Amino acid sequence: MTDTSPPFAPGDLEAEAARQDNRRRWLLSLPALIIIVCAATGPLLVMVVYSFLAPGDYGNVKWEFSTDGWVGIFLQRDIFDDTLMWADAHLSIFWRSLSLSLITTVTTLIFGVPTAWFIATQPPGRREFWLFLITVPFWTNLLVRTIAIQELLRAEGVFNNILISIGVIDTPIQLMFTNFAIAFGMTYVYLPLMVLPVYAAVDKLDFRLVEAAHDLYAGRWTAFRRVILPLIKPGIIAGSILVFIPSLGAYVTPRVLGGGKNLMFGNLIELQFGAGRNWPLGAALSLMLMAAVMVSLIWYVRVTSREQADD
Amino acid sequence: MDQLTHPDSASDISAVEVNRVSKIFAGEQEVRALDDVSVSIRRNEFFTLLGPSGCGKTTLLRLIAGFEPPTMGTLQLGGRNISRLPPNQRPINTVFQNYALFPHMSVAGNIAFGLEMLGKPKSEIAETVDRMLRLVQMEPLRNRRTSEISGGQQQRVALARALAPHPEVLLLDEPLSALDLKLRKEMQIELKRLQHETGITFIFVTHDQEEALTMSDRIAVMSAGRILQIGSPRDIYERPAERFVANFIGESNFLDAELTGNTVTLRAGGRFEVTVPDGVADGAVSVLIRPEHASLRAGEPTGKEIAAVIENIVYSGDATAVHLRLGTGELVKVRMANAPGSDDALPGLGGTVAMSFAPGAITVLKD
Repeated sequence: MTDTSPPFAPGDLEAEAARQDNRRRWLLSLPALIIIVCAATGPLLVMVVYSFLAPGDYGNVKWEFSTDGWVGIFLQRDIFDDTLMWADAHLSIFWRSLSLSLITTVTTLIFGVPTAWFIATQPPGRREFWLFLITVPFWTNLLVRTIAIQELLRAEGVFNNILISIGVIDTPIQLMFTNFAIAFGMTYVYLPLMVLPVYAAVDKLDFRLVEAAHDLYAGRWTAFRRVILPLIKPGIIAGSILVFIPSLGAYVTPRVLGGGKNLMFGNLIELQFGAGRNWPLGAALSLMLMAAVMVSLIWYVRVTSREQADD
Repeated sequence: MDQLTHPDSASDISAVEVNRVSKIFAGEQEVRALDDVSVSIRRNEFFTLLGPSGCGKTTLLRLIAGFEPPTMGTLQLGGRNISRLPPNQRPINTVFQNYALFPHMSVAGNIAFGLEMLGKPKSEIAETVDRMLRLVQMEPLRNRRTSEISGGQQQRVALARALAPHPEVLLLDEPLSALDLKLRKEMQIELKRLQHETGITFIFVTHDQEEALTMSDRIAVMSAGRILQIGSPRDIYERPAERFVANFIGESNFLDAELTGNTVTLRAGGRFEVTVPDGVADGAVSVLIRPEHASLRAGEPTGKEIAAVIENIVYSGDATAVHLRLGTGELVKVRMANAPGSDDALPGLGGTVAMSFAPGAITVLKD
């Protein structure tokens, strides 16, 4: 840059200006920094500290160092002889969370991608209307919507009544309080989070490329696989992340539709801070969930970016 | 491509036969994009669809490619009806206006795509891709992404991609419109060379009359969903059938005249023998005179010459355009090539000159 500066401007004047500029920048970013520290980093630090303390007798924590919270994620102490063994209940909850979240992601993909495609290929005026319909459920409280799903799934509910009336079954089948109910509910709740990013990707898709693929002898399916899918992949990835992560930590849906037995990760955490009165374990579980999400995200980004570089 | 090519013996069969095709886009307002269009495009021909935007030339191209079905009429390829064949089953490839290169593939990947879709063996694909890259001089950039190359290079890749499967017909939808003038001139020559080397029938869409005249074997001039005239560039330019064609291609002077038999009498004076096109009756007609088909001479008119007053003189290097007013008030533009020392052959503004016409310079128009 020195060649563009006027010959009479000494270097230290420039340095001073840069220093002032720097100071002003810090000052202007202060509000953002305060929010980041108070709302994100700070609470997280509290969680980290709490996870290394001992549980208080009536909730809260005792200020003495303990790794029991972290150990308790996977292992549990026998009440009588203090031997450690696998915490089977926790492991089954982890597995349920993971599998139900994956199932939810896949089902939202199956229903969400065609929906997004349909909306994006409507004439411009009508797209807003369909998008509006997609976002309408957001206006209603999640709890209310989840309880409405109960109405569909319970023994005398809509599903069972329809199945009985068309003669598929004779007696109502148990739908409520099953993993199916949770996956069904979560698919419904998170579907818009899949539709919207995929819609944005399809909307940006240049349909002349699809024509070019057909022109070059690609059939419908090949054109989809070779041209459309790679081009809307960013939207599909974003949608999958947006669905998978909140699914892992879902609380309301498994609580209402899964009953007391089919716990997921979020319910387990809540249990520790509530009835379980084991805050350090709750804090450790929360942090582990966060770490798991972060690790899988980083892995995912790595894999997909490498794939793109290979192409 | 072997299953798609047919024996050369049938060379009298035209490559593409458009038979009374209409295309109507339904909607709030019905749009008749093509109105009873018939054209027969010969094999190995460089055929151009020329017309202003919205004249239906791109629609006709899309119908031939198979992206849209015709509302009425049929399309034939080498004698075979292809009206209902999807685009991926037609041995026709397209160079799109904005190239439509696949952004997630490399230059070579784009060129290989059509061959892969046809299920060609890997070795043959590699060989053809190499040959195509050489043909369009893009070998050094074969592994680049299509977003990393310039517009002219993208254009060449689009061409190579469409040529790689060796289609029977190549459709080009204003492929040069996004290029700057210099590059466009280069590509015009390049396209002619490629057409000659590959022996593929080219159907070229453009709104640029100069491009059409320089590149085509034959031109179809279109307007409002109809083909007004089909002919060689010389036919179209020198013997336009209608005022629209004359006006759209090159510069034109239209003069009022009276036709009796094969003689026209200009309202401004002078009787001339002409060839009368079919369907023109005796009476009042319009005639066309190209600016470079008239010449000027200082002095009073004699014989078949017409008196004209110079209104403006525009010098443009190789030629000089002279704007004249005739006795009838009609305005005429004459363009003369500039020869050395020709600068003071004519009187100045307001001077009177004698205008004469080369034999066959006067074309009687249908309308």
